[in-house]
Amino acid sequence: MRHALMRLLTAVPTLLLLVTLTFFLMHLAPGGPFDSERSLPPEIEKALAAEYHLDESLPRQYARYLGNLLQGDLGPSFQYEGFRVSELIAKGLPVSLTLGALAMLLALLVGGAMGLAAALTHRRWPDYGLMTTALIGVSVPSYVVAPLLVLTFAIGLRWLPAGGWVAGRWADLVLPVIALALPQVSAIARLLRGSLLEVLQQPYLRTAHAKGLPLRLVIFRHALKPALMPLLSYLGPATAGILTGSVVVEQVFDLPGIGRYFVQGALNRDYTLVLGVVAVYGALIVLFNFLVDLGYGLLDPRIKSA
Amino acid sequence: MRSLRHWLLLLAIGLMAGTAAAEQVLHHGNGAEPNSLDPHRSEGVSANNIARDLFEGLTGISPKGEVIPAAAERWQVSEDGRRYTFTLREQLRWSDGSPLVAADFVAGLQRSIAPATGNPFAQMLQAIEQADAVLQGRLPPSALGLAAPDARTVVIRLEAPTPYLLGLLSHPSAFPVHQPSLKAWGRDFARPGRLVSNGAYTLKDWVVQSQVELQRNPQYWDRARTRVERVFYHPTEDISSELKRYAADEFDTTYEIPLVQAKAVQQRHGPELHIAPYHGSYFYGFNLSRPPFKNNPKLRQALTMAIDREVIVGKVMNGLALPAYSLVPPGTWNYTPQRPDWAAWPRERKLAEARRLYAEAGYSAAQPLTVELRYNTHDDHKRIALVVAAMWKQWLGVETRLINEEFKVFLQNRKQHAVTQVFRSAWIADYDDATSFLDLQTTTHGRNDSVYRNPAYDALLKQAAATADIAVRRALLEQAERLLLTDWPVLPIYTYVSKHLVKPWVGGWQDNAYDYHYSKDLELLPRAAGGRAP
Repeated sequence: MRHALMRLLTAVPTLLLLVTLTFFLMHLAPGGPFDSERSLPPEIEKALAAEYHLDESLPRQYARYLGNLLQGDLGPSFQYEGFRVSELIAKGLPVSLTLGALAMLLALLVGGAMGLAAALTHRRWPDYGLMTTALIGVSVPSYVVAPLLVLTFAIGLRWLPAGGWVAGRWADLVLPVIALALPQVSAIARLLRGSLLEVLQQPYLRTAHAKGLPLRLVIFRHALKPALMPLLSYLGPATAGILTGSVVVEQVFDLPGIGRYFVQGALNRDYTLVLGVVAVYGALIVLFNFLVDLGYGLLDPRIKSA
Repeated sequence: MRSLRHWLLLLAIGLMAGTAAAEQVLHHGNGAEPNSLDPHRSEGVSANNIARDLFEGLTGISPKGEVIPAAAERWQVSEDGRRYTFTLREQLRWSDGSPLVAADFVAGLQRSIAPATGNPFAQMLQAIEQADAVLQGRLPPSALGLAAPDARTVVIRLEAPTPYLLGLLSHPSAFPVHQPSLKAWGRDFARPGRLVSNGAYTLKDWVVQSQVELQRNPQYWDRARTRVERVFYHPTEDISSELKRYAADEFDTTYEIPLVQAKAVQQRHGPELHIAPYHGSYFYGFNLSRPPFKNNPKLRQALTMAIDREVIVGKVMNGLALPAYSLVPPGTWNYTPQRPDWAAWPRERKLAEARRLYAEAGYSAAQPLTVELRYNTHDDHKRIALVVAAMWKQWLGVETRLINEEFKVFLQNRKQHAVTQVFRSAWIADYDDATSFLDLQTTTHGRNDSVYRNPAYDALLKQAAATADIAVRRALLEQAERLLLTDWPVLPIYTYVSKHLVKPWVGGWQDNAYDYHYSKDLELLPRAAGGRAP
């Protein structure tokens, strides 16, 4: 318990460092939020800068930002006038989280099943077939898979929408979730198969085998739990993978998630919006790694006592 | 069993209602997410498309692209062209039912020009009396030459006769403002639930990065002729996604089409593709303040003549552009496109002349010019830059270094004139007049990226601005452009075209050079079976 609390406490300086770095890097990038093809009269430029406190020194802006952040205010968006960043994230985050959670669930279910099936049929044709499929899945990126899915199911068969998002319309999520989950499905399948096969070589399992337990029982009762360890470690990077993947998938499917804010925000020098999204992403990744750590303890009693 | 039947019946009714509603709902692909729906803060084509559905100025643009009366039913122009008196239609109302009066237009224009508002288009209204002083913060907005002597009369006094004023007043910058909303919400009034508008539509909902939903305004004076009940504007920053959603019948119109897929689009959607000349020019600029282009018109001329615009337009742009030899695009109001003599020369002669000038400028095969060509990162810009560099290399032996930069970095470098040599540029007209392009090259203009300085050119534009006679004014502007084109500060490449896909069931769509398509002028025609996906 104390260990867990410590872990949570170290998250605070990590996030602070992340926000600080992002703040200064964003401001270091040439150009500002109001630069465009049009040239503005100096008075108007001044008025805009004053409105967003861009006329203040950078340390002062940073202090102002941190002060507001501590009060839970992420500031006004530069790009979407009249919107607060907290408001934009509050609207976009549920979309991104739903998308990410469903993709993760799908990846675990399908990937887990594939890995298990492959391990059970080791060196027979289902194993080869599944692993070839997984190899293709890992190699083909989302931005290739997504348009192919749209061409087939939205334009060709007209079963599902090609993009867009209407709250509560689940059909909108089917293709994006599949596109986002596919690379993870393959990774999880390969990982689980590998670790299961390795665990099966352990002496205690060979004993179980030798005393006549059927393979299925050996796997489900004795091998699966230790074999899940590498998979659990992978969940941290997988979360990061799903988050970055969502940036592409949200763009291709026109979903109003925060991944799109991230890209558009960076291009438009929407300082506050990018900072807000970075803070949320950072918190999510820290949280997931923390949960993964807790999970180790549940799967492997040796870690808990250590 | 009974309850099942009950539910099925309900479902059927629901589906039918859905279909009936779908017949009057329009879905536009609309490019970028609007930065704001406040007409005095909105920037960019996408935001202004929505603003024109929500609000209405004194004048409007017809589907054919002509200036027509909108909130004003008629106007009078004084003899010297410097005083416009507009009479509003009777019984105009805001969407909340309150009366729309002349003072709302005056307040709108004042707010639009006041520097504190931060309107990116404020400079466009410079022609209004005292606008310069107000823009510089020397006078308050109330000093502007605007008046509302009674509820239905708007008077605009101008610094100089501005014959394009009527077109200008159809721009969102000249839209009225609902003063109680402004008072209650400040600059955050342009949000769903708050925005009170005077156009054919009202704002129903806005989900950022998803859609802006408009609903027919029951208070609009011409409501009887407005057919479309609901309008959706979808941000489509990814143009290939836009095309797919159009193909899946989710959009009725698109913002544009992907250049590289032009041929496939033509094959698949041929009759639905609308291509029309558009008030925009794509060109390269030479930085005249640095070597190698400083005091070197011969080199600039050689590089300008050596590129083959027909090849660029045909092969790189896939026909989605028109070759350009001048800055002001054809179709501009009261203007004859300037075409330099050499434009009509056979290719061989152009190249011979280019080689001669290149040699005279002091370059040769042994001592080739090495030059940097700068553009912002984008596939289309890159393809053009590659072809231009190849043409310079092939015909003159020029060594070109291509430099691509992220957009904001590029903007800053171009503006500072410190590192640029040749750079990409483009301009879309803010209003239908040659000065929208020609002003860019004047000494004091903020977008004079070439650092072009020619007092004679400045004087011609100044003289034109003070001239009320439109024939004389036109001659002066044309003379100015001819002068510009023989100084070679810019290398014109192509004129833009608008490129939309429009479903066959969208009625009332007409191509025009403004590329304005008010939803109130459109309608959904009955269409054959097989409609929109659910």
